[in-house]
Amino acid sequence: MARQMDSGFLAWLRRDLLLAWRRRGEVASPVLFFIMVSTLIPLGLTPESTRLAEVAAGMVWVMALLATLLSVDGLFASDYQDGSLEQMLITPQLLPLPVLGKITAHWLTTGLPLTLVSPLLGLMLSLPAAGFIPLLWSLALGTACLSLIGAVGAALTVSLRKGGLLLTLLVMPLYMPVIIFGSASVSYAIDGINWLPPLAVLGALCAAAVALCPLAVAGALRATASN
Amino acid sequence: MSLSSSSLLSIENLAFERDDSRLFDGINLTVNGGDILQIEGANGSGKTTLLRLLTGALQPSAGRINYQGQPISENRYDYLADMLYIGHQPAVKLNLTAEENLRWMVASAAKSNRVAVADALAEVGLAGYSDIPCYTLSAGQHRRVALARLLISEARLWYLDEPFTAIDKQGVSLLQSCLQHHVAQGGLVVLSTHQDLALNNVRKYNLLSRAEYLV
Repeated sequence: MARQMDSGFLAWLRRDLLLAWRRRGEVASPVLFFIMVSTLIPLGLTPESTRLAEVAAGMVWVMALLATLLSVDGLFASDYQDGSLEQMLITPQLLPLPVLGKITAHWLTTGLPLTLVSPLLGLMLSLPAAGFIPLLWSLALGTACLSLIGAVGAALTVSLRKGGLLLTLLVMPLYMPVIIFGSASVSYAIDGINWLPPLAVLGALCAAAVALCPLAVAGALRATASN
Repeated sequence: MSLSSSSLLSIENLAFERDDSRLFDGINLTVNGGDILQIEGANGSGKTTLLRLLTGALQPSAGRINYQGQPISENRYDYLADMLYIGHQPAVKLNLTAEENLRWMVASAAKSNRVAVADALAEVGLAGYSDIPCYTLSAGQHRRVALARLLISEARLWYLDEPFTAIDKQGVSLLQSCLQHHVAQGGLVVLSTHQDLALNNVRKYNLLSRAEYLV
């Protein structure tokens, strides 16, 4: 039985990764958005490196949040339209496992690439050297939180035709602690303060999200199906 | 009701309402291995809803569904592992090839024979298409991809919602022989279709008149 439950997670993870690979242009657009907007900031704000350095951490974090929000909208939409979601609801496995598989695939295709290109953006925004390692760590944990929380919003709004704005309103309050502790760990490091405490809080948020969000998504999808 | 406890699938007093309006109520049905039950009724009479209630994706407002004498909510895993449902939408991903689609569908179902994917595709007439993305295929071919699951599945309970939609004559006869084979092996089929089946022992159930008769 454990083997069956396992296959629910892996089957959906593999499928979503394969799907993402097939439409890689589309999937890459949040990352491109992330990079493009970040190149505009020095133009719009100031090219002066001391003033840029002050806002760099916060800016990278806001961009990461917006890029995730852009992509999480479609997490369940196409599955809902073509009937795959219906099939997911009637698999004998516990529903949170295939759900977690889908969310993991989403993080691997958006959050992880965002994290990996972030040092480049740090350079463009002249982030002080001390901030790079905390930026990588906080984005790796933080984008996982964003994917997990965003999935709850996506599941709640999947049956609405124009759910984009509602999704934003639903998940924004939940995104706030993530961005606060994420950017705090970077700015603490820049100021020479111990940056591990805010990162630890972010890790705790992430652990809680891994445990709770798949359950919430499963509940929301079941509620959607019964309408 | 004493009979129903030993049957494979029994429906007792099933009712469903949506937004305070009653779609149907008081449905009693018993289906056993070897049975084909065809649900009839005008458009909007609740055929799809009944099938979705059977899958457990929808919760009935009253009544219950028993599998091997037990309510499906009590042995959910065994029931779902023994069930195959093909709905209105074939659940085919357009960016994946027919073979990848089928592999995924088989992997997410519990009881399936994993080796026969290529054979099943060949049998539904998609032999040369296994590595072409599904967006180049027609609607009927999408249905055929979904129906290839029937050839692989080892589930005993098949619930098919309008399985003959968009399928050509030759596909219809293929599907019918597939159903015949399934019930001959002790399986059970509940399907909704407006088409008359060229099969023996099809029981029909009319959702509006509640009449059940043998063809």
